[in-house]
Amino acid sequence: MNWGSLDNFLAMGGYGLYVWGSYGVTLVVVVVELILLARRKRNAVESIR
Amino acid sequence: MSINWFKYSSPQTFFPLAGKLALVFGALAVAACAVGLYLGFFVAPTDAQQGESYRIIFIHVPAAWMSMFLYVVMAFWAAIGLAFNTRLSGMMASATAPTGALFTFIALWTGSLWGKPAWGTWWVWDARLTSELILLFLYFGFMALQAAIDDPRRADKAGALIALVGVINVPIIYFSVKWWNTLHQGASVSLTKSPTMAATMLTAMLVMIFGFWFYGIAAVLLRARCIMLERERGTEWAVQYAKEAVA
Amino acid sequence: MIAALRCVIQRDLLLAARRSSDVMTVVLFFVIVVSLFPLGIGPEPKLLRTVAPGVLWVAALLASMLALGRVFASDHADGTLEQMMLGATPLGLIVAAKVFAHWFVTGLPLVLISPVLALQFDLPQELLGVLVVSLALGTPVLSFIGAIGAALTLGLRGAGALLALLVLPLYVPVLIIGAGAAEAAAAGLGGSAQLLILGAMLIVAAAFAPWAAAAALRISVE
Repeated sequence: MNWGSLDNFLAMGGYGLYVWGSYGVTLVVVVVELILLARRKRNAVESIR
Repeated sequence: MSINWFKYSSPQTFFPLAGKLALVFGALAVAACAVGLYLGFFVAPTDAQQGESYRIIFIHVPAAWMSMFLYVVMAFWAAIGLAFNTRLSGMMASATAPTGALFTFIALWTGSLWGKPAWGTWWVWDARLTSELILLFLYFGFMALQAAIDDPRRADKAGALIALVGVINVPIIYFSVKWWNTLHQGASVSLTKSPTMAATMLTAMLVMIFGFWFYGIAAVLLRARCIMLERERGTEWAVQYAKEAVA
Repeated sequence: MIAALRCVIQRDLLLAARRSSDVMTVVLFFVIVVSLFPLGIGPEPKLLRTVAPGVLWVAALLASMLALGRVFASDHADGTLEQMMLGATPLGLIVAAKVFAHWFVTGLPLVLISPVLALQFDLPQELLGVLVVSLALGTPVLSFIGAIGAALTLGLRGAGALLALLVLPLYVPVLIIGAGAAEAAAAGLGGSAQLLILGAMLIVAAAFAPWAAAAALRISVE
């Protein structure tokens, strides 16, 4: 799939909001989950000490 | 050759294994998602009917699939915990729920964003989306019940019971919602009627399913480690680990 | 054993009769909620006729859920529940008996009042029968499923809201089929299919839910 230019890629044929809104939120969810897990582990280790 | 099935059934032995597995599956997840996204955005063509908006499918379907799969996994660990009275099974069930709930949320969010350009509304009472919504409530119920119970063993068993009751009901809920949807459906097209998928689209989607699956395994294992540290804080191995862990 | 179960039912009915305000609260809640809907969506008769089965079903569902916390709570508080668990009669049967008594005082009144409330919505008379039967079959199912939730949340903080969260997703199929019966009859298709499914749900719930609730009680009381 040849997008031609970065602009075309970001615009996603006019559906950019929906496509990147989906991928963006998914990325945020994944990052948040991992951060929360890291914090939980740190707290657990701290509380054992 | 005899296999010691119970070697890793104690938190002490499973903890380090979980850590290694989480790293492996995490790496596999990144790799699979990279390949899947490349295929999805640079190989798969534009869809004739939906244009570029269909590319949400590479997240929506894997997330929905994982949300249902993880619920079954959670119920499996719940059943094992009730049957064998093993602590670790309860911990695994509790570790699975939040990741499952997050996948359900992603499925709902992407479903909504996919539906808006396709059918004009932010929410469609499509059978699958509605069932996903109820699945989210089932996950919340499990997590809320466990959060409300202080005693970890009672929390494990109570959660296990509601998870099992839930998993039995999921097919019933799905079929009743499907029936409800067909009865009340207007002229709208259902989300279940997916676009005729080119082979490249299907491949990309399948690779993404694997990517999500590996990520799910890694996240659940990481959370299981946290739970093990929290619940076994008095044991020697946990104290030892805390001492050696880099702050 | 039958004597023991009869005793359980009689005791629960007697206790409910003594605290009749509990029963009245549930019925009044049902009436008030049903009356709220026209106030919220407007009095247009055609709209009300369409939504009547759904509204009545949702209101009955919420009203019966209100009372669920009480199935086991008072017995748990005074130690009777533990005595029942130690006794010779299987706990599942005791649970079934208690749920029946509970439905008798909280579910049955709703069923009996529903035709009157349906008239408020100008539901055609042919549909009244289907609606009442659907509620008569469905409210016991709700009580049985709800008992599992009540047993799991026994003695917990915030048990009421937690109970709702646990039990409402499980209520969805019953609601869909139950309200669907009158709606199908309204569409001219006849509600018998839905009523048969409700009957099947009742049999399955009566067969399995008491044992799940008994297991939940053992988990909660240990």
